[in-house]
Amino acid sequence: MLRILRDLLRYNPEFRIGIVLVGFVLILSVLASFSPYPPDQVYVVPPDVPPSPTYWFGTTSRGQDVFWQLTFAIRNTLLFGGTVALISRVLALVIGLVSGYKGGWIDRVLMSINDTFIVMPLLPILVLFYFVMRDSMSWLILALIMACLGWAYDARLIRSVAMSLKTREFTQSSVFSGMSTREILVQEHLPYVMPIVFSTTMNNMVWSIGLEVTLSVLGFTDINTPTIGGMIYWANQHTAMVAGIWWWIAFPTAIVVMTFIGLFLLAVSMNEYIDPRSRLSRMGGAS
Amino acid sequence: MNGYLIYIVRRLGQFVLVVFIGINLAYVITHATPIDPVEQSISAATSFGNTAPDAIEQMRTSLRELYGLGGSPVEQYLVFWRRILRADFGPSMSAFPTPVSTLIGRALPWTAGLLMISTIITWVLGNLLGGLAGYYQKSRGLKLMGVIAMGLHPIPYYILALLLLIVFGFLWPVLPIAGGSAMNLPQTWTWDFISSVLMHAILPALSLILIGIGSWFLGMRSLVSNVVTEDYVVYAELGGVDRHRILTSYVMRNALVPQVTGLAISLGGIFNGAVITEKVFGYPGIGSLLVDAVYAGDYGLVLGVTTISIVGVSIGVLAIDLLYPLLDPRVKVR
Repeated sequence: MLRILRDLLRYNPEFRIGIVLVGFVLILSVLASFSPYPPDQVYVVPPDVPPSPTYWFGTTSRGQDVFWQLTFAIRNTLLFGGTVALISRVLALVIGLVSGYKGGWIDRVLMSINDTFIVMPLLPILVLFYFVMRDSMSWLILALIMACLGWAYDARLIRSVAMSLKTREFTQSSVFSGMSTREILVQEHLPYVMPIVFSTTMNNMVWSIGLEVTLSVLGFTDINTPTIGGMIYWANQHTAMVAGIWWWIAFPTAIVVMTFIGLFLLAVSMNEYIDPRSRLSRMGGAS
Repeated sequence: MNGYLIYIVRRLGQFVLVVFIGINLAYVITHATPIDPVEQSISAATSFGNTAPDAIEQMRTSLRELYGLGGSPVEQYLVFWRRILRADFGPSMSAFPTPVSTLIGRALPWTAGLLMISTIITWVLGNLLGGLAGYYQKSRGLKLMGVIAMGLHPIPYYILALLLLIVFGFLWPVLPIAGGSAMNLPQTWTWDFISSVLMHAILPALSLILIGIGSWFLGMRSLVSNVVTEDYVVYAELGGVDRHRILTSYVMRNALVPQVTGLAISLGGIFNGAVITEKVFGYPGIGSLLVDAVYAGDYGLVLGVTTISIVGVSIGVLAIDLLYPLLDPRVKVR
């Protein structure tokens, strides 16, 4: 594991940049625990102060320190993305492995449902959900719903690997040695798909955080929990751009772009690591 | 020919399934949640200003009827489907008494036009540049484009649209930043109107193109760089086939096949992006309609837009799927 990390750091500039970006964002989110102000209180500092040594990123029109507010926002946003990714990984793994290994009509039924979720436009459905739930919509519920809608693409990917694993000899010997289907899937096949699971985790986080930002900016989530999208929502509500309070929008935007590019680069480098052909060509090019 | 027929039937089945599951989702969301949607809508619609009590009572009865909350669950389910099949979502509450279907019909051409043009430009440009970048791997300019594509691709639609809005709205105001056309022009087929529509479409389309182009570029580049190493390409090069011809008809054409499937798969996501882009730029399409309907607490309109978008996107996917055999002749043989 450590050797893989070292190799990636040495030969893969995308991985290096990704690690730096994601590391920075993670440190910022950890800082939330040391915030001198509680996240949900307003008018704790003078409003509309531009960035200065006292208030690094300035203050908002609601009298909040942008820097400390941002630490809470990015922590919640990352937590949200992580939760969605975790739950949808479990779904994708179970459906992908079972579908690929079992084949036949189970595979056909599961993949029809799978393809349906791949092409479905999810934003209107999520908006409808918010419309019905209104104030009872918490971020955990949103995370659960998005996890239930966001597993399909990765399940297909895992299935294709599982199908090729099924024809390998070790699967046959496991069957003959009397292992149950569950044991084969968990003990024999799961380790092979783990690298894909890692790389799709990043992509899934990018997807879910992107949708969350979109929904919050429109005010379609629990707007009292600080998230990156929620910060931009409040900035828009106070017409921060017109009032010239650019730091209220600029810093959340910069941080969320950093998060996205960082996660995406990690996913890309992970994919390259999985595909040995491109890894070889890169190492050959480096020497 | 038989293989082609099976293929079409299978795709049609998938289309029906998507619409079926999507509409059932809408049903479950509106009927099986513990929250009473009628009271929610009323509190949302009456939160501004005071409404007379008998008007609220009237609203409550009409909403109960509209939601189809009378009768047993089976009856409710059937009523729901009947409404959807007739495309009858009742009158809009925020633009009373205009029917929801009229509002949607008015907004649909804007969204369809914007989406179609920007998707085609994105796909063609992204694949062309990506293909070139995969074939001419030494080119500096194309390498730079790869870096730019990688940086642009993961940014969410809202953020990029916001950045474009700031750049072209505040810093360098040369393009109209809101609306679908100039307000003072009649909506007829005159040159003034058409050029105004085009000018207004530039920024929304640009944000869709900039976000979308990255994934096609990166995908095509890796596909082409894999195809290039195939034996038949090496053979063609050794045989002295024109490099331009190798690129277009030997390499690109093969690499395009998965990209067409990719287009069908990503159509839903592109539509999501269009919703948000329209809202940012005040474009008079389905997306703006949806968001405004939520703010106004207009249930019929929200449900109508959701249904129409599910059906619309599925039709788009079906259309791409039916064109697919033209590109990949293997479908006919199977």
